[in-house]
Amino acid sequence: MLCQHCNHNEATTHVKTNINGKVTEYMLCADCAKEMGYGNLFSDFHTDFNSLLGSFFSSALPARTGATRCPVCHSSYNDIAETGKVGCAQCYETFFDELMPTIRRVHGNTEHTGKRPKIFDSPKEIKEEKVQQSENKADKLKAELDEAIKTQNFERAAEIRDELKTLEG
Amino acid sequence: MSEVAVSTRIRLARNLKQYPFVSRLSKEDRKKVVEEVREALSHSDIRLNFIDMATLTKVQKLSLAERHIISPEFVEAGEGSALLVSDDNTVAVMLNEEDHIRLQVIKEGLALKEAYETASFLDDVLSEHLELAFTERLGYLTQCPTNLGTAMRASVMLHLPALEESGALNRISTNLSKLGLIMRGLYGEGSKSYGAFAQLSNQVSLGISEQAAIENLDNVTKQLISQEIRARDKILSDIAVEDKISRSLGILKSAYVIDHSEAMRLLSNVRLGAAAKKLSTLSTESIDKLIADVQPASILLKYGEQLSPRERDIKRAELLRERLN
Ligand SMILES: [Zn+2]
Ligand SMILES: [Zn+2]
Repeated sequence: MLCQHCNHNEATTHVKTNINGKVTEYMLCADCAKEMGYGNLFSDFHTDFNSLLGSFFSSALPARTGATRCPVCHSSYNDIAETGKVGCAQCYETFFDELMPTIRRVHGNTEHTGKRPKIFDSPKEIKEEKVQQSENKADKLKAELDEAIKTQNFERAAEIRDELKTLEG
Repeated sequence: MSEVAVSTRIRLARNLKQYPFVSRLSKEDRKKVVEEVREALSHSDIRLNFIDMATLTKVQKLSLAERHIISPEFVEAGEGSALLVSDDNTVAVMLNEEDHIRLQVIKEGLALKEAYETASFLDDVLSEHLELAFTERLGYLTQCPTNLGTAMRASVMLHLPALEESGALNRISTNLSKLGLIMRGLYGEGSKSYGAFAQLSNQVSLGISEQAAIENLDNVTKQLISQEIRARDKILSDIAVEDKISRSLGILKSAYVIDHSEAMRLLSNVRLGAAAKKLSTLSTESIDKLIADVQPASILLKYGEQLSPRERDIKRAELLRERLN
């Protein structure tokens, strides 16, 4: 049949939208589907990209057999190479040697420079920050305790006292 | 400046250490990831609305993608994926897209440093409340090795009609890869460029700091902008170009049926005229708004999701006539 949009080219793409149970279907040619956002734009490019990556992986496929599996997500290196997707954070350690050639090919570099989560900065600093935080919390609780006693809310005061005890160890 | 640089976007990918990456994530764990990130971001002073992707229709999702609030891939997202988005749409966080967290900040014009600052602030909030997948050697760990390191994509949306007209754009675009940059169409990889809009982004993320990547992109963008401005000065004195701009506006103002690619091509011409102050009543901002509103899903969202493609082209023309006359 002819494309329902241009009435000119042969329809090759079936577009079905289901909106609150209301199903609408169109038959479109590849050009119109693409132009209207139902073609390449929203689906295909991902596969293109993955197959590109897939070829990166396969050309870097080392001798090691598929026997090794990631202890966390149980992916094998073949699983990763086939999908172009790494299974979990641990995979990067488990398959470090296998992944390295790919990473080098993509980035031309294998060493991170740039931002790191604060927790990776000097542990001493973090500790001090934590102490600081608990001191702040204790101060706040003490003020609340005073307030509770002043307003004769003794139930709340008892609760706060318990919280303070646990906070101060 | 915003006459050539339409908008700036910073996107950061992050994953939680204790969960497998998205493609190996169980249904239950997907929910947990969504909840944990939602909770973590509630500690920032940027108010974000929560949207469960399963509650949106395909057209609603397509419309979000057309407005660059979500990625084209996220249109397929449903149960177990969510979107956190600020009221003004400048901050959007996709949950369980390709990575657990895809955080993006959009600013008008060229504003890479400002956009990065906001993104980095939100990233700090995340890392204070969640354990992120990170190693000293590889940086932020991502499902796809192409995003390792800073896991940052910085991009600038550019309108380059004069460089395209002169044929220089193709040559420039092939040379950019040597500078670690990549140029794509309006909707990312693989999409063709409609109406001379192009997206310029950093290509690699491992071994280059956020600051260096941003500076590089900023420098090249500024060079492109000045090349475009020079090329515009040259072509705008040509009566044929003025004629094209004026005719484009004429068609947009009077057409009864107009498809997407024609609308984009003509709006691109008109945007060139507006930037040169040749069209007294039109600003580039109003054209940019119009471009977003004439996208296919946005038309459906406004006039009814059951419209046929033909009816949509009629509504598009109607909207253009209303707004331009
Ligand atoms: Zn067609
Ligand atoms: Zn794994």
